[in-house]
Amino acid sequence: MNAMNTTLRTATISVLVENEAGVLARVIGLFSGRGYNIESLTVAPVDDEGHKSRINIVTSGTEMVIQQIKAQLDRLVPVYRVADLTQIGPHVAAEMALVKVISDNADRRSEALRFAGEYGARTVDATETSFVFEMTGSTEKLDAFLDTMRPLGLAEVSRTGVAAMTRGTTII
Amino acid sequence: MSTIAPAPAASETLTLSGAEVLLRALKDQGVEVIFGYPGGAVLPIYDAIFQQNAIRHILVRHEQAAVHAAEGYARSTGKVGCVLVTSGPGATNAVTGLVDALMDSIPIVCLTGQVPTHLIGNDAFQEADTTGITRPATKHNYLVKRSEDLARVVHEAFYVARSGRPGPVVIDLPKDILINKAPYVAAATAAHRSYRPQTQPDAGQIAKAIALLKSAKRPVIYTGGGVINAGDAASDALRRFARKTGYPVTSTLMGLGAYPANDPLFLGMLGMHGTYEANLVMHGCDVMLNVGARFDDRVTGRLNAFSPGSKKIHIDIDPSSINKNVPVDVPVVADAAAALEALIAAWDADPAQPDRDGLAAWWRQIDTWRGKDSLRFTQTKAKGGVIKPQYAIQRLYEITREMDREVYITTEVGQHQMWAAQFFRFDRPNRWMTSGGLGTMGYGLPAAMGVQIAHPDALVIDIAGEASILMNIQEMSTIAQYRLPVKVFILNNQYMGMVRQWQELLHGGRYSESYSEALPDFVKLADAFQGVGMRAQSVDELDDVIRAMIASPTAVIADIAVDQKENCFPMIPSGAAHNDMILGPEHESRARGISDEGLVLV
Repeated sequence: MNAMNTTLRTATISVLVENEAGVLARVIGLFSGRGYNIESLTVAPVDDEGHKSRINIVTSGTEMVIQQIKAQLDRLVPVYRVADLTQIGPHVAAEMALVKVISDNADRRSEALRFAGEYGARTVDATETSFVFEMTGSTEKLDAFLDTMRPLGLAEVSRTGVAAMTRGTTII
Repeated sequence: MSTIAPAPAASETLTLSGAEVLLRALKDQGVEVIFGYPGGAVLPIYDAIFQQNAIRHILVRHEQAAVHAAEGYARSTGKVGCVLVTSGPGATNAVTGLVDALMDSIPIVCLTGQVPTHLIGNDAFQEADTTGITRPATKHNYLVKRSEDLARVVHEAFYVARSGRPGPVVIDLPKDILINKAPYVAAATAAHRSYRPQTQPDAGQIAKAIALLKSAKRPVIYTGGGVINAGDAASDALRRFARKTGYPVTSTLMGLGAYPANDPLFLGMLGMHGTYEANLVMHGCDVMLNVGARFDDRVTGRLNAFSPGSKKIHIDIDPSSINKNVPVDVPVVADAAAALEALIAAWDADPAQPDRDGLAAWWRQIDTWRGKDSLRFTQTKAKGGVIKPQYAIQRLYEITREMDREVYITTEVGQHQMWAAQFFRFDRPNRWMTSGGLGTMGYGLPAAMGVQIAHPDALVIDIAGEASILMNIQEMSTIAQYRLPVKVFILNNQYMGMVRQWQELLHGGRYSESYSEALPDFVKLADAFQGVGMRAQSVDELDDVIRAMIASPTAVIADIAVDQKENCFPMIPSGAAHNDMILGPEHESRARGISDEGLVLV
């Protein structure tokens, strides 16, 4: 580990936790209390009985800070496992966004619809002056889609945050 | 899935109330003493306490003191300390003690009352979001919402408090859970489902550590509270390892006593008020073995100038302590005793010879640093002479050494604490109780109370300042109630001494609000609490007061008037390096001025 390295890196960390009251507050409190970044955070139960939840966190920091984040997470009592997907190897990371575009201008609406098709977004709602698109993909792809929609009447965005998983047979 | 305890069989008749189940679980966990204060939400527990004799309850006068007392109990016995407070203000008052225990890694289980489950969230009378408030103040906390979880949670809380890096655990207990019948279950024998701290060292890391240690020319062993927490076995292993290698040993404030202070290998405490030789050894070493210390800012000084030329080995049970402040070369995640035993075995098994010539040269260098005698002070012995605070502690130490009694020292926080660390020389672990991480004024008196409860025949002394002692002075009443012969040894300079010292050195001598105005008459105060008050005004009175204090069968407050202008040296100013120490007036060399960067540091 090159601990003196001061360059920032982004890390996608998956944490398997006991699904109990307060566990999310513990994780969030850890980040705010120690001054770590949270760029994205998702949480949901992932096993059959709903006793374990998976928290996916996208964070950034120096190598030393990211190692600290993982160690601090790992010592929380209800944490089973902490996996740094960025380090384990290739992984997929995706999020979903609902994007509302409102425009009185027919040209803009048709442009919006065309770009949505190009990006592979689904149209899940439409009125005479609006669309709601549903789009899944990498954070960068979603960002690019939003940039495209902005001049076309982008009115509202709801994003899920990142869900992530290693590629291949590796499991955390 | 173990969060859900098996439902009691329909035929099983529940006979115990939640409060009774709680006490049974405490008893099964070996609890003999609870420090607490009653209130509405915990009345069912107090009713159950009333009807049993296995667990003794000590009634404190403030909930903060209950936690510090439990800390004193825990630190002097190695057991888990137990606290019981009511909801709302009972819990919020306990928070300072909980953070104190968290910072110093002291195992505590704190039971807090809570309003009944159906009222939670309604802003009920004496309701507070205790689990929310104490989440960052504890190692872990629980809110028991179902009777069937109660016994399991209590057992688990004790496991979490004492395992891995120890710490405080809160169990929040709604009143209906305490009243309703609840099933009792014994402590689980299986491993905890998610919390399983690593205690055994990795053999490969031990081998790397030994290779570094054997090649060292200028080694140092830097030990901390982790050695104390790992029990007598760790202190014993530390002594054997140090004597086997002949390597110098220094200790943090928290680790004092793990290695005997009078041993020739011991360099004294390191850090901000550590000895000249300890800090220069840290600065100049080529291999550092850190056992159970956490590179605290009070130890490292300026990080980018900390021990610049050394390879560092760090043994810690908490992986998050490793590479947190200081990058290390060989991390070893393990219990200190297990790691030290592994080092001893690997040292013996390794055919390589240590560098004896290098070590001899290193000791010659250390001896020249020692020759500086950085703790030196001059005490006039003339009749009526002003007592130097260092001399007061030195005499206290020497006089207690004359007796064949177990001596336990607690402190408050400030100059007196540092002088106690410098001049009271501990040769055994668990004899020194001080608030290291949080620096809690008001810690020492209740902690001494807890120590005295655990060791009724021992001599327990709270070395205090006149400002700190007032922060939990109400505990004199508890001390009176249980006839605890606690001795309070106040170094009275009529200033918040450490504040005054920083104002002198860093803030142009503007002594803003640091003068102890309108002090009580401590002799009368002792009398008012059924103790004995004594006073030493000058150096010729000191020994008599110390002897009378020790001989007294009751609680004593000894008010020792000391030099008001005395500062605590050596001192590494904030933001300075280990080799940039301010020495006392006895020495000529003064450090450079403090940088602006240093001024913002505490």
